[in-house]
Amino acid sequence: MTDCCSKTRNPFTGVEANAVGVTVKDLSKKFGNFGVLHHLTFAVEPGEIFVLMGPSGSGKSVLLRHMAGLEIPTSGSVRVDGLDPSLAQTRDHVRLALVFQDGALFNSLSVYDNLALYPREHRSGDEKSIREKVMHALKILSVEDAFRKFPSELSGGMKKRVSIARALVMEPQLLLYDEPTSELDPVMGATISEIIATLKNEYSVTSIVVTHDRDLALTISNRVGILMDGKLVTLGTPADLKASTDPRIEDFLNPKIDITNPRFKKLETQEKAPS
Amino acid sequence: MKQLNSILEGVGSVVQLALQAVGYAGTLPRQWARFIEQCYMIGYTTLPIVAILSFFIGTVLALEAGYAMEGFGAKEYIGSLVGLSMARELGPMMTAVLLAGRVGSAITAELASMKVYQEIDALTTMNIPAAKILVLPRLAAVLVMMPVLIVIANVVGWFGGSVVARYVSFVGISPEAYFAALRHFTKFKDVMNGMEKAEVFGFVVVLVCCNIGLNTRGGPREIGAAVTRGVVTSLIMILVLDYFVTKVLL
Repeated sequence: MTDCCSKTRNPFTGVEANAVGVTVKDLSKKFGNFGVLHHLTFAVEPGEIFVLMGPSGSGKSVLLRHMAGLEIPTSGSVRVDGLDPSLAQTRDHVRLALVFQDGALFNSLSVYDNLALYPREHRSGDEKSIREKVMHALKILSVEDAFRKFPSELSGGMKKRVSIARALVMEPQLLLYDEPTSELDPVMGATISEIIATLKNEYSVTSIVVTHDRDLALTISNRVGILMDGKLVTLGTPADLKASTDPRIEDFLNPKIDITNPRFKKLETQEKAPS
Repeated sequence: MKQLNSILEGVGSVVQLALQAVGYAGTLPRQWARFIEQCYMIGYTTLPIVAILSFFIGTVLALEAGYAMEGFGAKEYIGSLVGLSMARELGPMMTAVLLAGRVGSAITAELASMKVYQEIDALTTMNIPAAKILVLPRLAAVLVMMPVLIVIANVVGWFGGSVVARYVSFVGISPEAYFAALRHFTKFKDVMNGMEKAEVFGFVVVLVCCNIGLNTRGGPREIGAAVTRGVVTSLIMILVLDYFVTKVLL
């Protein structure tokens, strides 16, 4: 576990800022009558890599969107550095970035302008220093040759890397990733995992990663939480998870492929049975 | 009751967006490039269709007026009818309708697409308000471009009327007589009233379309539905506002 006073070192200027923690308290979310998250309570320490895993539809991305301030809880609360992330004032105080699953790059802007938008709008430096920051971030992610291209001209992996570069330019204290390795080949997935680990190790950025990537979760994280049906069923270190005897965790982490497919056969039998 | 709630919510949301955008007015000089781009989109690309429509509105007005006035020997007043109709009502109204159909639909589609594909969410996490960089430049551009479009619509419409007045045999009045009547009855105040109307229509059309686009939820099908809603709502707003603005200006 990381200590409480870890610093986020700006990858561009070397200036340190306090890394921030996230507190989730009794969080529930309903869309209409459909409950997605049920009474979640946990905390993410400053400077930690916290991975959220779980089956599709278990509410991981919705939880991440709450941490980014993009959703309002039905009940309970989410606090980033003690503040409500849905308020603009909080984002003035805490630099928070979200890497969206499909990149969410601005399609009408070039890669360079996508990255330069944040510093330009927040007037952090003149055009020369913005250019240096942007090109540095693109270089970290090995996509500096794509700076003139538009998002529609990029492959899925390049979009992901540009999206992470855009988040880096924001010099975040808290970086949220929504399935950063989905749709990528294993080599590219490993590269992204290395980037996340480097950001934590060298810049002490607090990272929260939603992923289905078992290798990423068990290799680079400090702690892993598993969400099932909107409930946090386990929370622990990768070692705790590997040692878990809970059949749900075992099934999820080591799914067995049965070519006789009993689940499908059971469904088929049910459908054929006379009503 | 549910529909009334939905209408009131919509009105509240539009007013809130307008106040937010106006609150960022001080940032407009730094958004010069976006403002110019929107002026091009709203003004330059709408100009040909506005000119074509206005020309034919002018011709039809002159034709109908010639037909109606021929019976009681008042053909020399055709110019006044075309002049006043274009300046006070048809110029601003038809330009606003075209704006809703051409620019409003494009604005709704663009912003709805940005919302559906999470670009608006990305702006939110970057603490860059959509009202500042997406709405304000469009509102400023429409306020600048609408008077320009109206002047062109009026002039082209008046010219269209003069062509019919001169060349259609049963109308048959000279351009000099046509324009003399037009100048005599159409005052500067009438043109200004038309422009004021157009400013209100343009502002509301852009605001309504931005608001509908930014509040779109769902997938690609909802983008289409949002565009339809944006155009229909804009057209209704133009017609409703037309009555009230006309009443205030009379």
